[in-house]
Amino acid sequence: MTDSTPHSSETPASGPAVGQDEWVARHAERRLIRGGPLAPMEERLRAVPWWVWLTLFVGVMCLLPAVTASGYVRRVAFDTVLYMMLALGLNVVVGWGGLLDLGYVAFYGLGAYSYALLDSDQFHVHLPAYVAIPVVVVIGAIAGFLLGLPSRRLHGDYLAIVTLFFLQLFQTIATNGDSIFGHNVTGGAFGIFTVKPLHAFGHNLVVQHQGVFAVTYYFVALGFFALIYVALRFVNLSRTGRAWRSLREDPLAAEAMGMPVNALKLMSFAFGAAIAALTGTIFASLSASVLPLTFYFVLLITIYTMVILGGSGSMRGVVLGALVIGPLLELLRDPNKSRIIFYVALIGGLVFAFRRSRRLGIVVAATLAFGFVCHAIAGALHHSWIAGSADGGLQHVVSYWLIIPKHLAGWIPPVSYVGVICVALVLTLVHGRLRLVLLPPTLYLAAFVWDNVMLTQPDPARYIVLGLILIALMIIRPNGLLGERRVEIV
Amino acid sequence: MDTFIQLTIDALTLGSVYALIALGYTLVYGVLKLLNFAHGDVFMVGTFIGYGVLQLLGGAESPNVPVWALIPIITVAAMAGCAILGVVIERFAYRPLRDAPRIAPLISALGVSFFLANSMQLLFGATPRTYNAFDLGNGELYFKGFDIGNVRVPLLRIITIGSAFVLMIALYLLVNKTRTGKAMRATSYDREAAAMMGIDIDKVIRFTFILGSALAGAAGVMFALRVPTTAAIGFVAGLKGFTAAVIGGIGSIPGAMAGGLILGFAESYTQGYISTKWSDLVVFSILIAFMIFRPQGLLGRADIRKV
Repeated sequence: MTDSTPHSSETPASGPAVGQDEWVARHAERRLIRGGPLAPMEERLRAVPWWVWLTLFVGVMCLLPAVTASGYVRRVAFDTVLYMMLALGLNVVVGWGGLLDLGYVAFYGLGAYSYALLDSDQFHVHLPAYVAIPVVVVIGAIAGFLLGLPSRRLHGDYLAIVTLFFLQLFQTIATNGDSIFGHNVTGGAFGIFTVKPLHAFGHNLVVQHQGVFAVTYYFVALGFFALIYVALRFVNLSRTGRAWRSLREDPLAAEAMGMPVNALKLMSFAFGAAIAALTGTIFASLSASVLPLTFYFVLLITIYTMVILGGSGSMRGVVLGALVIGPLLELLRDPNKSRIIFYVALIGGLVFAFRRSRRLGIVVAATLAFGFVCHAIAGALHHSWIAGSADGGLQHVVSYWLIIPKHLAGWIPPVSYVGVICVALVLTLVHGRLRLVLLPPTLYLAAFVWDNVMLTQPDPARYIVLGLILIALMIIRPNGLLGERRVEIV
Repeated sequence: MDTFIQLTIDALTLGSVYALIALGYTLVYGVLKLLNFAHGDVFMVGTFIGYGVLQLLGGAESPNVPVWALIPIITVAAMAGCAILGVVIERFAYRPLRDAPRIAPLISALGVSFFLANSMQLLFGATPRTYNAFDLGNGELYFKGFDIGNVRVPLLRIITIGSAFVLMIALYLLVNKTRTGKAMRATSYDREAAAMMGIDIDKVIRFTFILGSALAGAAGVMFALRVPTTAAIGFVAGLKGFTAAVIGGIGSIPGAMAGGLILGFAESYTQGYISTKWSDLVVFSILIAFMIFRPQGLLGRADIRKV
């Protein structure tokens, strides 16, 4: 898959100045032509139709339970599939419709809560899955439609704020829904915790099998994922899909061409909401409980990062984004894995920045040397500075290089954290030799902060990483990993 | 009647905080046409800076400086800190995206907001921080004041509301009567034309961020003098501030003040007379009503787009 990453093509220095639109028109075509030994292979790979890729992908995903018996890994894989579905749904609204929908996870929550009400002891309603799921999907679509109604005349920013407020409102209702006119509807802050698993024709789809996460749910989720993918693929190729893209590129021009802009916006909203609601049913039926705070800003940012990282507008892209971010967030919970990820990302970033050049070697060597010198100085000053707990693994290796104090004084975390941010920001401003000189201390400081400050609190640290990815992506590569590069005709 | 007066005082305090936040949104939106999601979190950082400086000065119980100087000092510190933060955010997260599609800076702003909120949580934890304003001068700020009927209006409230209004009037004069303000208005009206007239756009935008963020810092201190602060308050505060800006008419400075006050009154009366839980619902309904019937807001100009 990585082979087909669009290659950034540079504008030829002596490019046609007058016929620039022709250059634009041939942009995609030129991108296909690639030299090098990999070119024939890439061409052959591109000739493989999409459904083969999809089958292959789903097939490989299906093999996962055979590889590992760990309930934890399976659960993470299940969550990742849910993330993929959510990202596909958000892609309809953001990637195709070009609408910034910040209430997206409220629809996910709405789906989960609707399913919870339709199949739980809350009101003693127990609908079978083949009734409950379509009902929930329709509820989600209607909710998306209704939210779109007041916002259809607004452009981007207002829409964002209305939808964001909708998310807040959903939170309010879910949290305070235990006394709506005296009725307990949503169970309040503790949620509904008697949700029944999916059941149809008298069979229950059990959540746990001998105390371990039952794989059936994973397969059900994968099935729904494939279904959504195929459906969206066809929608994208249809009249509506083309109309959406024209709406995204230029709403005004689309309207002038006679596109029903408002109807299209509402439809994209409803589509996204329906997919989110569908995902919500699967989530609720597996978790057996729904809590208001699951569906909040954190999840919203997570899904946005997936869509942006993969490349908004590209279905393969957003799936890839979910596939990267979902497990990444999970791995960052564990300090040891988190440490490995940090150093891998660091080295990867350096290689990406310097390619294979002498400067890369210089920077790495300088950073290592700088670290050993700092470590020696700190050790000479006082023993406790380098006497941090080494719990084996990578930390043990690293602790010969990195200062890990036994006790952090209260002022160290804020100062070092703010310091590393400031230095990193300054790095983006300076160029040439100065940057090369500043880089090793920055890297060392970053490693220090990561090990001593961020690893102690995985939860904010994970989300800080997400936020940074989002900002950096928007600036460095707004089209994401697999997204189409926007080419504007001037 | 007593409840009503009490609620009105509350509404004025809350409303002036919202208005100050809304001003930051409106200023930035006016000049850059960017919805600065991170603004609510700048406000949150402001509450923390105020807290930090207060602790440095010895805390509310036994401050090292006279009581009358304490609140101005922490307010100015928070304003300065937030102004710097605002400039840094603008320089590194928004400026590279100034010519990108409109959705790009919005998403970057989301990232900044998330980053700030979680950074503060990483550094200072999730426990609420309180200024203990009640201890200032042994409760002088609460016990002194004047009476309306049976209700005592505490000095602290008067100071808060008064200084908010002073700041707003100062801002109004700055934007409408000074050369810099003229440059801001020109940039807001038409950025390209302003650039051609010799206005340094970068400078104007930077100045706008300084103003907006400093107001958020002041609002942060005023807010945290009333209730404890955490790293999570930025989201809701930003949302309310933006709603206030939209209600008043985004881009309009008197509009933001009016919108903030309306929001403050709506929320305060709902909480007092109906239910504390559903005040968000009322605010949301007001927002939707404005979106449908008067999208340009109370005092905003109707947006006529040229093609």
